[in-house]
Amino acid sequence: MQVPAQFAYEKATSVDDAIELLARHGPESLIVAGGHSLIPMMKLRLAEPSTLIDINGLTDLDYIRVEGDQVRLGAMTRHATVLESAVVREHFPILPDAERTIADPLVRNRGTVGGSLCQADPSEDLSAAFSALRADVVIRGAEGQRVVPVREFHHGPYETAVAHGELLIEVRVPIRTRTGSAYQKVERRAGDWAVASAGSVVSLDGDTVAEAGIGLTAVGASHFVAAEAEDALRGRPATDEAFTEAGRIAAEHCAPSADQRGPVDYKRALVAELVARTLQRATARARGEA
Amino acid sequence: MTSIDDSRIAGVQDPSVQIHAAPETPQGYGSMKRKEDARFVRGRGHYVDDIVLPGMLHGAVLRSPLAHARIVSIDTSAAEAHPKVHAVITGETLAGLGLAWMPTLSYDTQAVLATDKVRFQGQEVAFVVADDKYSARDALALIDVEYEPLTPVIDAKTALDRGSPVVRDDKEGKTDNHIFDWESGDSAATDKVFAEAEAAEDQVVVTADVLYPRVHPAPLETCGALADMDPVTGKLTLWTTTQAPHAHRTLYAMVAGLPEHKIRVVSPDIGGGFGNKVGIYPGYVCAIVASIVTGKPVKWMEDRSENLMSTSFARDYHMRGEVAVTKDGRIRAVRVDVLADHGAFNATAQPTKFPAGFFGVFTGSYDLEAAHCAVTGVYTNKASGGVAYACSFRITEAVYLIERLVDIVAHDLEMDPAELRMKNLLHADQFPYQSATGWVYDSGDYPHTLQVALDKAGYQELRAEQAERRRRHEAGERVDLLGIGLSFFTEAVGAGPRREMDILGLGMADGADLRVHPTGKAVLGISAQTQGQGHETTFAQIVAAELGMSPDDIEVVHGDTDLTPFGLGTYGSRSTPVSGAATAMVARKVRERARIVAAAMLEVSADDLEWNDGRWQVAGDPEASKTIAEIALAAHSSLELPEGVEGHLDASCVYNPPNLTYPCGAYVAVVDVDPRTGTVNVRRFIAVDDCGVRINPMIVEGQVHGGLADGVGMALMQGIAFDLDGNCLGGSMMDYLLPTSLECPSWELGETVTPSPHHPIGAKGIGESATVGSPPAIVNAVVDALGPYGVRHADMPLTPAAVWSAAQGRPLRTDLAIT
Repeated sequence: MQVPAQFAYEKATSVDDAIELLARHGPESLIVAGGHSLIPMMKLRLAEPSTLIDINGLTDLDYIRVEGDQVRLGAMTRHATVLESAVVREHFPILPDAERTIADPLVRNRGTVGGSLCQADPSEDLSAAFSALRADVVIRGAEGQRVVPVREFHHGPYETAVAHGELLIEVRVPIRTRTGSAYQKVERRAGDWAVASAGSVVSLDGDTVAEAGIGLTAVGASHFVAAEAEDALRGRPATDEAFTEAGRIAAEHCAPSADQRGPVDYKRALVAELVARTLQRATARARGEA
Repeated sequence: MTSIDDSRIAGVQDPSVQIHAAPETPQGYGSMKRKEDARFVRGRGHYVDDIVLPGMLHGAVLRSPLAHARIVSIDTSAAEAHPKVHAVITGETLAGLGLAWMPTLSYDTQAVLATDKVRFQGQEVAFVVADDKYSARDALALIDVEYEPLTPVIDAKTALDRGSPVVRDDKEGKTDNHIFDWESGDSAATDKVFAEAEAAEDQVVVTADVLYPRVHPAPLETCGALADMDPVTGKLTLWTTTQAPHAHRTLYAMVAGLPEHKIRVVSPDIGGGFGNKVGIYPGYVCAIVASIVTGKPVKWMEDRSENLMSTSFARDYHMRGEVAVTKDGRIRAVRVDVLADHGAFNATAQPTKFPAGFFGVFTGSYDLEAAHCAVTGVYTNKASGGVAYACSFRITEAVYLIERLVDIVAHDLEMDPAELRMKNLLHADQFPYQSATGWVYDSGDYPHTLQVALDKAGYQELRAEQAERRRRHEAGERVDLLGIGLSFFTEAVGAGPRREMDILGLGMADGADLRVHPTGKAVLGISAQTQGQGHETTFAQIVAAELGMSPDDIEVVHGDTDLTPFGLGTYGSRSTPVSGAATAMVARKVRERARIVAAAMLEVSADDLEWNDGRWQVAGDPEASKTIAEIALAAHSSLELPEGVEGHLDASCVYNPPNLTYPCGAYVAVVDVDPRTGTVNVRRFIAVDDCGVRINPMIVEGQVHGGLADGVGMALMQGIAFDLDGNCLGGSMMDYLLPTSLECPSWELGETVTPSPHHPIGAKGIGESATVGSPPAIVNAVVDALGPYGVRHADMPLTPAAVWSAAQGRPLRTDLAIT
């Protein structure tokens, strides 16, 4: 059996308590939320935190609610909750599309939205989905809280805007009219990390693409975004030709690396295909057709 | 001691009289729930890691991070200074005991703990013994090993190149990586047919290179052992994850010089084996040595990555197959060349005279004029390979090759693969059939079995749908392509006749003993060891059928060498063919003893009794009869017993099979392939198995279900590649993917029943049929789907990347890292 190295354990009673515990236990202490990435890494001794600060008791961070023109998801909202949420499905079908492909029901019952973003795995699905949605995250520290666009949140693989002593507490997703979204992932087996995934958000003005958000994961896209493809699509007619062209541009500008999930040419081909498919689907949803 | 006439207990029973009881409590054969499941579904199974002994210590293994490196030095002082560490054992410690190396099951040697150099990533270097498993693990980080890296041998295809580094320079005079050359069949006769085929206008030679990549059995329970050497009695008790407890006991006696009567090997509940638990691993030996050194019980359980990276792999056969065939589809001969990657130590588990296992059955289910294969084994810097991963000793590779070849022939000749098979399958009247490589197939009706599967699948309708989808695809629509894949397999299981088959000199027979208590309840001791196959139920049903009892009244004891008769254990689908036969035979011995007692009870001659309706009955007088329970009580009573019975009904026997049994099956896989993403969905899977008489059909179907899921895994996702530095790229379950329910369709099973003529109850093995038969069906289906892309072959695992790359005409090499 794989066993972790020795560590201390603290149970946070509030967000402020968690922040205080992080400060007290120093830079080697880590927050544990769902734990489905961190605990395996500890068992493999790839992570050896001095102290685990458990925030599973912070049920006040477990919510999905509409506020104004935003849907707000607490950081401790479990994947399963997002998947089942009627509000989320109504406004952002890209999220249940993505959630359905994340790991398995056991992991989704435990894993959290905040934990997924903060883990910042380069193959993480929600990072691409929230980037496509142009969501913001709320980060709280001892000095107060700040709002950071998801598109500026990731600083690199496993690195984010959350400094030690800070906690991601909320994700805010803007609600837009005449907008549809979709996500598609290719994986070797249910529950595997993505070979490549694409998520698209399309806002229509008549038959024109008023705004497009295209998220990519596992293919080295900067901030999980296909910005060049979005630029090419904005203001153009929402046609299959335009979507195919956007896919081609996204494939050209991402930076996948070869691994056992596939060679580079395959991953680029997937990006092209998945971007085109999700744009089609998102557009159909925006038109109320799907 | 008895006057039992052996002719009375031999011979095949008519299966039709046995299969009629109610599902819940059959008196003999029939579906019934597994007796063992009561404890498993309640979480009351008892595995090696559940056993806790007073004062028990815990071991952990330090493993090599490098695939090939000389060991310059090992400094264990810091680990030894750890307050909870009791001992640190290195190769040097073991060398002092003569145990640094141990024999493998293939007459090679294998390092227990490395002394000179490490030969694969994950190889055992040191063993720490501590108060608890956490401390043992912590202390591993305190051992300082200095390595001098060497160039590893990774690509099997270059292992024999001149100038290649030598993996096994421990073997005196070894200057290359060659292990063995083995051949089977008639080379001259085969070459003659091929020469004719090449010359003739109406014949062709079809050639293909086919890899069966390295896979791992990956049982849910990893390997481990708890060794308890009693310093007072000198008796070693070893609880361990083994499929062959008796063979292990004998090997420990031979290797470690321990007296065999002072060794007790106990294999408690086993959480899956699939061949992974046939061999003896260094960790077991280290646990034993550690118990001797510390005088305390020592437990070692490997973790998941250790299991995947260091215990025996399977397959790894690079095969070239050639088929001589007439243009109208009559297959004349098959010629095969195999490069077999055995890793750093040749630890293949197989009968001694068969270094390539039973690969010689590569002629499959077809009537050939001639056949020949040549197999060359090589060393590489990978974990030792060649376990029987549900493969019936390499029949998996053989069946995969021939079934791929037949489909490639169909492709090249533009024939329907079902029609091509029908044209070449053996017919019922050809049995017993001696194959071109000398195997004597016992029974079967192959065209019938195939037809049942085709009908069940709706083969022609599927072909029509395929044509329609291809039409839409050609028109530029985004549409999944439909693939239909067949395989027809013949297995050769139940090793085996001891004249031809042994492992390290131990003949492959199995024992059984049966005790009938005075109140008529029975205890059956067997040498086979269940790892989930349901022996406690099936074997009780065999006895029940023979003795007219309820299976509930028969306890099956297995896995403890102090309580069970000697035998070679469970692997290669041999339990029912060998141990099951021993069980039927021992029950018949008991029945014959009961006959003598019944005759005394009924005051008639034993010759006047007939076995009817589960009881001994006076011929012509159904009222005068005795059940086994009545007879058992009488046998222990004051009744004066006639000559031939001393006082109980108990008996024992050893079964030496006269031949293997040859189950067969026809499988049809139906897949949807998205050619733009390479994803494959197994829409349907039809499996028609013929395993002779089915003792418990529900258990048979369960075995088939498991094997089919395994086949989906191997065909589509399970693969362990290595990069050229020798890093294992499948060392966790994130990288080595096992299929889930989402990848498996609802299996559609069917059966035909052709009893084995030489097996006492007409049964054949079934445990591995589906694992053997399903991968070629799925690969054939995927390749069939990719017809519009001109794909002729693609190697497993057919991940989306492999499928897409094949469609682009750039097939991946799946044994090496993708670059």
